[in-house]
Amino acid sequence: MSGYSPHTAQDIAAMLAAIGVGSIDDLFAHVPAKLRARAAIALPAGLSEPELLRDVGALAARNAGASGPAVFLGAGAYPHWIPAVVDQILLRSEFATAYTPYQPEVSQGTLQATFEFQTLAALLLGLEVANASMYDGASATAEAVLMARRLLPGRRVIWLARALHPHYRATVATYLRGLGDVEVREVPFAADGRTDLSALRAGLGPDTLCLVLGYPNVFGVVEDVAPFADAVRAVGALTITATAEPLALALVRSPGASGADIAVAEGQSFGLPVSYGGPGVGLFATRERFVRSLPGRLVGETTDAHGRRGYVLTLATREQHIRRERATSNICTNQALCALAVTVYLSLLGRHGLASLALANYRAAHLAAARLEAAAVALRFPAPFFNEFVVRAPAAASAWEALARDGVVAGFPLGRWYPELEGNLLLCVTETHPAEQVDRLVDALATPVPAARAAGG
Amino acid sequence: MLDEPLIFERGSPGRVGWPLPAAAGEGVAELPAELRREDGLAGMPEVSELEALRHFLRLSQWNYSAATTLYPLGSCTMKYNPVVNEGLARLPGFAALHPLVPETLAQGALELLAALEAALAAVSGLDAVCLQPAAGAHGELLGMLLVRAYHVDRGDARRRVLIPSSAHGTNPASATLCGYAVTEVPVDARGLLTARAVAAAMDESVAALMITNPNTLGLFEREIEGITAAVHARGGVVYLDGANLNAIMGIAKPADMGVDVMQFNLHKTFSTPHGGGGPGAGPVAVRAPFADYLPVPRLVRRDGALAWTEDAPKSVGRLRAFYGNFGILVRAHAYLARLGGPGLAEATRLAVLNANYLRARLRGTYHLPYETPSLHECVFSDRNLQDYDVHTLDVAKRLLDYGFYAPTIYFPLVVKGALMIEPTETETKETLDQFADAMLAIAEEARRDPARVREAPHSTRLARLDETRAARRPVLRWRPGRPSNAGESA
Repeated sequence: MSGYSPHTAQDIAAMLAAIGVGSIDDLFAHVPAKLRARAAIALPAGLSEPELLRDVGALAARNAGASGPAVFLGAGAYPHWIPAVVDQILLRSEFATAYTPYQPEVSQGTLQATFEFQTLAALLLGLEVANASMYDGASATAEAVLMARRLLPGRRVIWLARALHPHYRATVATYLRGLGDVEVREVPFAADGRTDLSALRAGLGPDTLCLVLGYPNVFGVVEDVAPFADAVRAVGALTITATAEPLALALVRSPGASGADIAVAEGQSFGLPVSYGGPGVGLFATRERFVRSLPGRLVGETTDAHGRRGYVLTLATREQHIRRERATSNICTNQALCALAVTVYLSLLGRHGLASLALANYRAAHLAAARLEAAAVALRFPAPFFNEFVVRAPAAASAWEALARDGVVAGFPLGRWYPELEGNLLLCVTETHPAEQVDRLVDALATPVPAARAAGG
Repeated sequence: MLDEPLIFERGSPGRVGWPLPAAAGEGVAELPAELRREDGLAGMPEVSELEALRHFLRLSQWNYSAATTLYPLGSCTMKYNPVVNEGLARLPGFAALHPLVPETLAQGALELLAALEAALAAVSGLDAVCLQPAAGAHGELLGMLLVRAYHVDRGDARRRVLIPSSAHGTNPASATLCGYAVTEVPVDARGLLTARAVAAAMDESVAALMITNPNTLGLFEREIEGITAAVHARGGVVYLDGANLNAIMGIAKPADMGVDVMQFNLHKTFSTPHGGGGPGAGPVAVRAPFADYLPVPRLVRRDGALAWTEDAPKSVGRLRAFYGNFGILVRAHAYLARLGGPGLAEATRLAVLNANYLRARLRGTYHLPYETPSLHECVFSDRNLQDYDVHTLDVAKRLLDYGFYAPTIYFPLVVKGALMIEPTETETKETLDQFADAMLAIAEEARRDPARVREAPHSTRLARLDETRAARRPVLRWRPGRPSNAGESA
């Protein structure tokens, strides 16, 4: 016997007798013999738990983990401190090993926490309603575009800011592949790092469906959303903001207050480790009048048979298990446990902790930027930024891998995503970066890299 | 003390739950005023760390879960989620690994992903695997995008997808999301799809058949080889919804059945915790002719080291940021390594034994709409209880009183009042007996005291919840100073 099955030989014999068959093989007798004959799985025998810990632990040890190099990477995944209480709650089996709360009477924990998550997401994004979560920020952005298409059928032009994270743009394009009735166009960014408002204005028209802005954008720059939203509204279209670093929203004007009709975000910053890019969680909020076009699960408040307050999955007539091919989305399983992490995290940090942490990030990044400027490493864009910024550092950018091996991952070489930004690095500085690491970053970028090393990188 | 208010109704103005040292950098120029948030985050919680801990611990106690009770939710495969895997996913080498570090600093993670790709290829018999989808439905979407890309690349854009009447609702929703029209194919009196019905529905406008095998009734599609041949004969693609893979590991490989593209649900078959509704993971496996269309980035081996590449001109693109729900993939890898090939086959055999044992214990009392042999789950209906005006929903709610979660109810749609029970292989015979005894007791109660069943649950913290009210007047969030929906009369 291997794995996690509890059956003794006596159990099996008694169960077969109750079923009325002679062997377990008999239960598969109706499966074509030809299939059964070829079905052995060519994988080695199973491991004991100590062997498993050894083997998987060895794989983990081959990665740059917490005690490795100084990593100044954001670009869609952000390192932040995580209060110990968050993981204590995530490890509660009652949350972790439940399914989607189909039986509300014995799922009130998940349901109430999700109701709280919806409230927190709506508050943070400055809109009226939010759903129970999406897969991540990028797929939430794609679902937001699909929702706009449902709200404004017949309009065909989707404007994506070039300064929207490239993974988000690519995901939108993938989701639209099967739908022939829309086309994607790109709004360039201006010399200051912000999306070019006049370029967008020139392209807006009665066929415009929506605009998607990164907020902050992929360069860490805080866009001024309001004039974009005004221009988009003037042609009857919808403004969508997509936030990869949601901590910024504790400092910058909320998407809703800036005129966004739909706001999505990646929630990983709030209590989830970067975990090689997943799982994170998509936040999705909109205006009350659009609620029946929302994708995904929704939890609503109600009462039980005795009039006591409780929570249930609701407005399911939008969803795939009821409407099938007419559903607003095919999503069912989303990221509930990650949404719980966000809920616990935002509860702990709260109104005041969140504001101070956002300010701490803003200041840490600006202090690091000032130190780099003092060391003659120029900022690429003058526009206001949050905790990420771009520097011109051609030598360091071409020696990026060599620098990483030496202990400093100097942000992300933007030329890989933007050929026009070859030689520029996107740097992220948060509350997790001690002064000593920032010193190493400044040294790494300010010191000319020998040509031989650069070529080796 | 047994009640727990919303987190927003706890705490006191000015309270901070998790203080941090004051931010350095007093002299830094502030963000321009016109870009600053103006509401001061009003409404956000103001609670202490202990208040928050108590709040969420209390909520956790209001959930039934697979770790605390049998959770026989059909088609969801709520098997034991090994505790050891939680620690593995949290190792700093995985959890603190940024997705954009140079690949040279992530070789362990990449080796794990390569091993998982290879293991899923071995289980399915298919040629290439993509780990990017975040859930089963995300995998279905990818599958349909691959089907579409495959046909379009051949200059043969097709417009319809065939789906059996017993299919999951995600199947038609996923097909529609890719611009396909859905044609439903009926199942026969045995609950099975026939090669003849599929052949009759096939023509050159059909891009693919989406099939689940065993189907949602828990029945193996014994004509599967003829069905897939009928699809291939007209140039169609066979897509397998792998939700029920737990029934066929080591019994029948999807590739041998004629499947071209399929998704796995790692949170079902491979034991990653479902989290109350995710995160899951829905990798997709394909036959070689479809590999060119798989999403980017792809994992490749160069000079002995693993790396990501975006060089795939025919790729459908990206489904999400980065590479997938990596933390979930770590858990699935650990499960696969712990069980090994023989262990997976054993898991399937015992899952089927457990389901058939429950079927044997309950048949005769509960109506079994299909006599066809079933595999990992069995579907009953409420027909025998109709005379007492007791219905599937009532049985489900009464089970909660006995300490069990409920089966999947009213699905599949081809059975009126369906009760779909999937015990999984990790439950003991004693637990199955307790569950069967509860089901039999409820049937007896339905005869003697039907009101007791109709008004269930009685022992849970809340009684039956009013779902109609929730939908009629949606209250989807807390608001400061709002009247509680609960306090108002209907």
